[in-house]
Amino acid sequence: MTDTIANRAAKATPPRVARKIKGLSDRAIAWIFVAPTIFLLLAINIFPLIWTIQLSFTNYRANRLNREPEFIGLRNYERILTDSDIWLNMQATAHFLFWTIALQTLIGFTLAWLINKKFKGNDLWTTIIVLPMMLSPAVVGNFWKFLYQPQIGLFNYIVAFFTGKDPSSFEMLGSVQLAPWSIVIVDTWMWTPFVMLICLAGLRSIPDYIYEAAEVDRASKIRQFFTITIPMVLPFLMLAVLFRGIENFKMFDLVVQLTGGGPGSTTELTSINLKREAFEKWRTGYASAYAIILFVTVFGLASIYVKALNKVKER
Amino acid sequence: MKKMTSAAIGAALMTSVSVPTMAMAEDLTLCWAAWDPANALVELSKEFEEQSGHTMNFEFIPWPNFADRMLNELNSGGKLCDLLIGDSQWIGGGAENGHYVKLNDFFDAEGISMDDFAPATVYAYSTWPKGTPNYYALPAMGDANGWFYRKDWFADADIQAAYKEATGEDLREPQSQREMLQIAQFFQGREIDGKTVYGASIFTERGSEGITMGVTSALYPWGFKYENTPGSYDMEGAVNSPEAVEALEFYKEFYETATPPGYTNSYMGESLDAFKSGQVAMAMNWFAFFPGLYADPATGGDKIDFFVNPPQNQAGSTLGGQGISVVAYSDKQDAALEYIKWFADPEVQAKWWELGGYSAHNAVLNDPGFKDSAPFAGDFLEAMNDVQDFWQEPAYAELLLAMQKRIHDYVVADQGTAQEALDKLIEDWTETFEDEGKL
Repeated sequence: MTDTIANRAAKATPPRVARKIKGLSDRAIAWIFVAPTIFLLLAINIFPLIWTIQLSFTNYRANRLNREPEFIGLRNYERILTDSDIWLNMQATAHFLFWTIALQTLIGFTLAWLINKKFKGNDLWTTIIVLPMMLSPAVVGNFWKFLYQPQIGLFNYIVAFFTGKDPSSFEMLGSVQLAPWSIVIVDTWMWTPFVMLICLAGLRSIPDYIYEAAEVDRASKIRQFFTITIPMVLPFLMLAVLFRGIENFKMFDLVVQLTGGGPGSTTELTSINLKREAFEKWRTGYASAYAIILFVTVFGLASIYVKALNKVKER
Repeated sequence: MKKMTSAAIGAALMTSVSVPTMAMAEDLTLCWAAWDPANALVELSKEFEEQSGHTMNFEFIPWPNFADRMLNELNSGGKLCDLLIGDSQWIGGGAENGHYVKLNDFFDAEGISMDDFAPATVYAYSTWPKGTPNYYALPAMGDANGWFYRKDWFADADIQAAYKEATGEDLREPQSQREMLQIAQFFQGREIDGKTVYGASIFTERGSEGITMGVTSALYPWGFKYENTPGSYDMEGAVNSPEAVEALEFYKEFYETATPPGYTNSYMGESLDAFKSGQVAMAMNWFAFFPGLYADPATGGDKIDFFVNPPQNQAGSTLGGQGISVVAYSDKQDAALEYIKWFADPEVQAKWWELGGYSAHNAVLNDPGFKDSAPFAGDFLEAMNDVQDFWQEPAYAELLLAMQKRIHDYVVADQGTAQEALDKLIEDWTETFEDEGKL
């Protein structure tokens, strides 16, 4: 017999509780307790999902309540998948995802490795490093907008100081080449501490005796790093990558504050585009199909990734 | 009995629409954008509160979020606003989706005539379908996109001489779009009072409506049309006409050669900042801001002057401004209609102009002293004679976002050609009108 939630709850219910409620079995009582949660899950997760799927086959617009939606089959899906502009949004999102995750992993792990060394002021440095992720994305967006300002921005002046270029000769947010990197830099600045903290937890979970045994075996520091540190931190690192990947796939606020999706559509990530379709153009049916496509993509990629993560954990 | 009840309900409904009563003191909420004229309206409305006994509350939303916030409110049948000063482009959606109360019966009952208001404002802010005598708003705030410049710089003898030497022409208020670009290019990167200044600040904002409002200020003077035949939605050859292509190329050249660095996503606020901080010689913005600019202690007064959007092939200005509507979901429609009746009064309209609002009432505009009542009053009148507005269709937001994307892609992101941008825009708009069942 499978050990379902209801059965486990029934087993955990004290017998005298069941006896007090006449005519109800332990199993029924367990269901009474579990039912509200299941109902809530159905109401706020499953029902909207099913409704969204249904809407995605129609031309429904939420701002035209007096117009009957028509069933249009797969037309919305066909339109989305053959729209070159949407593929450009996907590319922009992929660029953002890849580089933010790569940089955050690299810098986050390096910082964690350094912070993990015992030195004076260790706690103070940890606090300073994690500060950016405690700020609101809207504040960070506005703050960096000023830093990137070509005439008065500190960022441009720092770059100018090292390169000898005129600070107002380049525009981080206004240039097609630089704008995608400007949002990568800000996200990396903000969220590297998160990756660092997870890596730090991984590093601190490695027992000292493993390193001591390696020392006895005369393993070099580099060998210890690649055969002990990396494999044992890897599940933590992969978890951090999963969290950041999911978060950045739906990135919206920070980029809207910084570039508004521009210049042109250079930094228009899928989430920004989806919001415009759903709540500015009010193409609800079309936006539903768009959301389903994104959901399937994220869900598919996340499932593959979680399987890989479990394999790493099992090793 | 049933007949009697129906008749009574019918009579009550008729009364509620046609004859505002003053029986109960209500708390009315008026929704608008958060900007200078809104403050003037708060001041003006105190008189209404005294006269009517109603209390006026105001919900002012910053411009970048105004459309999003208010259209969500209307689409969800929200009761936040009893009165809404909504953008001119919303009139189609407001009427067709039943968000606004139709005001014809009320106007007839109260003797409010649309002939008393400037025809361009009635057409743009009140009617749907366009030009028909079906009124969903009273013209509340006339507005157009205009220009202002540093009068003190233009009057400086050294600068004038330098301009003459550089161009062979006198430095003056620009008489054409091309002359305006030439002046802006002259100022670009010039040292004035030890500071580097730039030509002009123009609208380039991507997220809401900025770049569309800016580029149409070039498109209209070149002769841009949305359709070959009004109402037919035949856009090929109109939207992408050679004149439109030339105007779009002009706007891109303006952006690339005569604007301050970093102004890649700028709209009203950024334009005002650029001017007030002494960065630019000229700037575009809505007439609504001109009273505030003139009053500015640093760059206003005798340092500033104003001009109407210069012509090129013809005169043309981008329409701004709004009408005031009664929201159909309001429970206080009687009191809201009372406000409209009060607001339509010529004396109130005159006071509205005095306080900094732009009245569209003929009694104000045709007053012999109007032109001299403010340094920008004459320009405002001139602009309102040649205004053009964006699509006012129920699907206006979709049409606007498509234009925002195509124009920003070309002008700011430097992708493709002007011809391609306008061709793609026709494709987008065609798809929208097909979805709407209009093509």
